[in-house]
Amino acid sequence: MSLGDKLEKLDRRWIFLLMGVLVLLPLLFPLKLPIAVSGPASRFYQAVENVPNGSIVVISGDFDPASAPELMPMTNSAVRHLFRKNCRIIALELWPGGPPLVDGVLHRIGNELGKKYGTDYVNLGYKSGNEVVMLAFGSTFSGTFPNDYSGTPVSKLPLMEDVDNFDGVKLLVNISAGTPGTKEWVQQAQGRYHIPMVSGSTAVQSPELYPYLQSGQLLGLLGGMAGAAEYEKSTNFLGPATKGMDAQSSAHVYIMFLILLGNVIYFSRRGAKG
Amino acid sequence: MDLLKRHIPIYLTATVGILTILSFFIPHPLVATPAGWLLDWAIVTVASGYVLGAANVLKVNGEDVIKQKADWPYKIVLLVSMIAMLIVGFFMSGGTHFLDEGTKFTWAYNNLYVPMQATMFSLLAFFIASAAFRAFRIRTVDAGLLAIAALIVMIGRVPVGQWLTKSLPEWAQLPVWAGWLLEWPQNAAKRGIAIGAGLGVMATGLRIILGIERNYMREDKS
Amino acid sequence: MWIAAALTLFIFSFLYKDNPLYKFAEHLFVGVSAGYIVVQQFWQVLWPNLIEPIQTPGTLDVWKFWVGGILCLLLFTRFSAKASWLSRFAIAIIIGVYAGAKTTGFAQAEVVAQVQATMLPLWNPAHLADSFNNIVLAVGVVCTLVFFFFSTEHKGFVGGTAKLGIWYLMVSFGAAYGFTVMSRISLLIGRFQFLLDNWLGIVRF
Repeated sequence: MSLGDKLEKLDRRWIFLLMGVLVLLPLLFPLKLPIAVSGPASRFYQAVENVPNGSIVVISGDFDPASAPELMPMTNSAVRHLFRKNCRIIALELWPGGPPLVDGVLHRIGNELGKKYGTDYVNLGYKSGNEVVMLAFGSTFSGTFPNDYSGTPVSKLPLMEDVDNFDGVKLLVNISAGTPGTKEWVQQAQGRYHIPMVSGSTAVQSPELYPYLQSGQLLGLLGGMAGAAEYEKSTNFLGPATKGMDAQSSAHVYIMFLILLGNVIYFSRRGAKG
Repeated sequence: MDLLKRHIPIYLTATVGILTILSFFIPHPLVATPAGWLLDWAIVTVASGYVLGAANVLKVNGEDVIKQKADWPYKIVLLVSMIAMLIVGFFMSGGTHFLDEGTKFTWAYNNLYVPMQATMFSLLAFFIASAAFRAFRIRTVDAGLLAIAALIVMIGRVPVGQWLTKSLPEWAQLPVWAGWLLEWPQNAAKRGIAIGAGLGVMATGLRIILGIERNYMREDKS
Repeated sequence: MWIAAALTLFIFSFLYKDNPLYKFAEHLFVGVSAGYIVVQQFWQVLWPNLIEPIQTPGTLDVWKFWVGGILCLLLFTRFSAKASWLSRFAIAIIIGVYAGAKTTGFAQAEVVAQVQATMLPLWNPAHLADSFNNIVLAVGVVCTLVFFFFSTEHKGFVGGTAKLGIWYLMVSFGAAYGFTVMSRISLLIGRFQFLLDNWLGIVRF
């Protein structure tokens, strides 16, 4: 059996094993390859930076644990960036699996930076309904979310006395894993209420969001773990996304190698048979 | 009876749909207030839909256990874990505080739900590697274009792309090529798809509202 | 932490081959997810938006919460073959609202705004690079739309335009593939970070 035959019939578990090793090694022994900040990520950073200090910002964390490696670093960095500007955050979640993740970020960073729940930030929790929630939320925050994440009536939260719809909000930050997410927020909230909006999304979804970026419907866009790492660099915070980029690089080179090798074997065997 | 079972629901869909569309253009309370009621009703009805789905999971898997179908012992695991979550969530986690830090429900979320969901999806990385080797074949010019674009983006969007081409002039560096490709030609195609899909959704929405599309009513043609 | 790590490894064991540990974890996941969803829908949606207002004396416009409650109950008639037609009223509300919301949302954000954003100056002698990019964008959008127009046969000029549209689409699919690879690998990196940091504690992320 020739080498080409052997490789073509290779048990896929060897491919799996090599993938695992090539992802694991850079995590244990970082290469510290430099990260360049792309245009969309830079625009995301600038859009948040341009929000006046002390403003009210809405964060919609529309993701679940499956997308956490890409989106949690973005959420961390966005919350940290906004808290450093003394912005007040109203958070909500539209994916069932996500609320505890977002709540954890808010409390952890809030405690770290001396922020007070109810005054500096509020987590309204989850509602089902996708676009319908966005529409209802846009017209009345307290009508859609009568209680917060823990069941406290929002009428008892000082931050919610200052705002009840998008009129008082300076920026919508959407961290999105799919549907419902950025597309729906652009369609239902950004277009209707003309709220400035930025998006951090999974890499899978981000190519579809470039039209919104170019049209101005989105002011900035973070795509995947690479986008999260670029934002971490912009905010001078060395986080898990940055630390994962070496592994990302080695895995991508491996995939490229597999594509090329697979085609070389295919065409050489086709040539030999022909 | 036909009026009640078929026609009234269709008229209801039309009325609700038209009111929702009008609320986009007319902020007057005469339109906005009933539209708001509809949104509130839709939110709670969708939530009930999730509960309905879970009840169906119980029913289907319960039947499989009783009839001892394939993998029925594992279905017992499914049913027991589901009922356990329900008991913990409704009676043992402080009601509306069920997701607060330290509750039993939060423990289940952090130690069962999160790791399993995250790991299920992480398996895809391995399968994508296998598929790249076995199935990605560049047989035509179109496939070649796809492959070139994929390789530029894959390498250009990670630090190794910057490292490999850092000594080249800026216009020739891979991250710049990846960025240009994403912002211009890729963008153009996605926008074309978006416009086409938008027109399609508008047409389908109008067909549903006007009662032409009635598959959601699951009418029995016999 | 050990339970989380064990379940992670059970699921990873599928990569070697399907086995009872993986099957156990898979079914446990489905059961836990279904239970989680029900509890969450009740305490975070049905309780504050329906049940609590009904049982709180003095609630304004309490009648609308009763209507919501009736719609929810109607949905459950789907379990009965004889009474399932009653669920059509609840479904009509949902379908009507979503059809209306999506029609206006897509019209504004996907059609009007996108067409508007494509109308760019195609020739600006002061900025040749911008001119080139704008031409690439405008031509690409038009060619892609022509490709999806199947009411005319793709021959001659139309065929050539559609072919160019296919090339644009291939570039976009390639970019999508590249990003999909990035996304999937990120999820794997996340799991390894959990195992190395949270479980074994040998690296800090």
